[in-house]
Amino acid sequence: MEWIFFIIGIIPDLVEGLLTTLEISVTSFVMGLALAIVLAPARVFAPKPVSFIARSYVELLRGTPLLVQLLLIYFGLPSVGIKLDAYTACVLAIGLNSAAYQAEILRGAMKSIPETQFLAAESLGMSTAQAYRYVVLPQALRVAIPALVNEFVTLIKESSLASVIGVVELTRRGEYLVAYTFRALEVYVAVALIYFVVCALASQATRILEKKLMIPGYERGVA
Amino acid sequence: MTSTVLLVEGLKAGYGDRVVLRGVDLSVKRGEKVVIMGPSGSGKSTLLKCIVRLVEPWAGRIVLDGEEVTSNSVDLRKIRAKTGFVFQQYNLFPHMSVLRNLTLPLEVVKKLPKEEAERRALKLLRMLGLEEFADKYPLQLSGGQQQRVAIARALAMDPVLLLLDEPTSALDPELRYEVLETLFEIAKQGRSMLIVTHELDFAEAAADRLVLLDNGVVIEEGDPWEMIHNPRTERTKRFLVKIMRKSVSA
Repeated sequence: MEWIFFIIGIIPDLVEGLLTTLEISVTSFVMGLALAIVLAPARVFAPKPVSFIARSYVELLRGTPLLVQLLLIYFGLPSVGIKLDAYTACVLAIGLNSAAYQAEILRGAMKSIPETQFLAAESLGMSTAQAYRYVVLPQALRVAIPALVNEFVTLIKESSLASVIGVVELTRRGEYLVAYTFRALEVYVAVALIYFVVCALASQATRILEKKLMIPGYERGVA
Repeated sequence: MTSTVLLVEGLKAGYGDRVVLRGVDLSVKRGEKVVIMGPSGSGKSTLLKCIVRLVEPWAGRIVLDGEEVTSNSVDLRKIRAKTGFVFQQYNLFPHMSVLRNLTLPLEVVKKLPKEEAERRALKLLRMLGLEEFADKYPLQLSGGQQQRVAIARALAMDPVLLLLDEPTSALDPELRYEVLETLFEIAKQGRSMLIVTHELDFAEAAADRLVLLDNGVVIEEGDPWEMIHNPRTERTKRFLVKIMRKSVSA
C-alpha cells in the first residue's frame, strides 16, 4: 500500500510538469492548425507551383521522424546563426510537424464538402478565397473535429520528446523524480496514468465539441 | 441601357470529349420570362451554367447586361453578382442561418454594411413569407422552404437576370406547389428570368417565351401557349406528351 501513498505524494510535482506539457501541446497545436488552414487550400485550390510547395512540405514533414526534426531545429539551426531556447525549439518542431498532419486532415475534410457548396458561393460572386473562408472552411473544420482532436492527443504524447533537449515537462519531471527516489516503476506508472487521464479527457471533449458545433438540423440528415 | 439583358450566340460547350451544346442562340429581353425545356442531357443546365461561366464555354458569345461574359478580361465576380442563380438542389450554406445565407453575399460581395444587408434580407424574407425562418438553419426546413430561401438569396443580390435550374424537380408534388407560387409571385414583378423547368403550368401562365432544347441546339421557340397546344415539330410534340404523362403520374 505504501506505493500508493508514494504516487499520491509525487503527483503535485508531476502536475507541474504536466502544465508545461499542456502548454507545449496547445501552443504547437494552434500553430499547426493556423499553418494547416493555409496549407490545405494551397494544395487544393492554388496554382501548381504553390500546390507543389505545400505538398512537398507535407510529404517532407511526414516522411521524417519528429525527433530528428526536433534535434535539427535545436542543434542544427545554431550553425546557421539561428539559436533557439529548448522550449521554443520544441514548440516550433512539434508545431511545424503537426501542421503537415493537420493539413492532410483538413484537406480530407474539405473534399467531403460537396462541390456544389463552392459552386453556390461562386455563383453569388464570391472569390475563391471568400468561398473558402466563409463556406468551405467552417464546414470542413466541423467534419475534421474528431481527427483534429485525435491529432491533439497524439501531440500530447509526442511532446514527451521535448525531454530529450532538456525541457522540463511531464516525462522529464518523472526522470528527475526517478533520479531522486530510484523508484522508476512507481514514477513511470504515475506519469503514464497522468498522460492517460489527460488524453481520455481530450477524447471526451471531442464529443462535447462535436455536439456544440453540430449544424442545426444535421441530425435529420443532409438534404 | 439596352432592351436585351442576355444574348447568347453560337454557344458550344461540353465536358471532356462530350459535346453538350452544339451552337445555341438565345436572347432574353429586359423583364422577359423565358422557360427552357428539353429532355435530360439536352444541355439545359450546362447552358445556364455557361451564362455565368460556372462551366467554361468552348465557343460562341455571351453578352449579359451589355458586358461580354465570354471575353477574357471580364470580371467574372461582377458578372455573377449581377445574376441570381438558383440550383436544383438549393445549395444553401447549411452552417449558416437563413438570414445569414442572405446577408453573407450582400456583405462580402456587394459590400453592404451589416445593418443594411440585414434590412434588405429581412424585407425579402417577409415578401416571400419566410420571415419566421430567419433564425432557422437550412437543414431544419423542408425542401420547398429551402428552395424558397435559395430564391430569396438570389433575389437579395438584385440581379438583372434570375437563372433558375429546375427549381422544382427535386421536390415532392406538394412542396413543388409552394415554390411555384413563389415563382409566379416573382414573375409578376417584371424581373427578367431564364428558367429551366418542366412545369407546363408555369410556362403557360407566366412565361413570355418557351424554348425547346434538344441535343445541344434550340429546336423550337415561341409563345408558350402556342407551342404547348400547337407544337410545330414532331419532336416537340413527342417531348410534350412525355412530360405531360410524367406530371400526371406525379
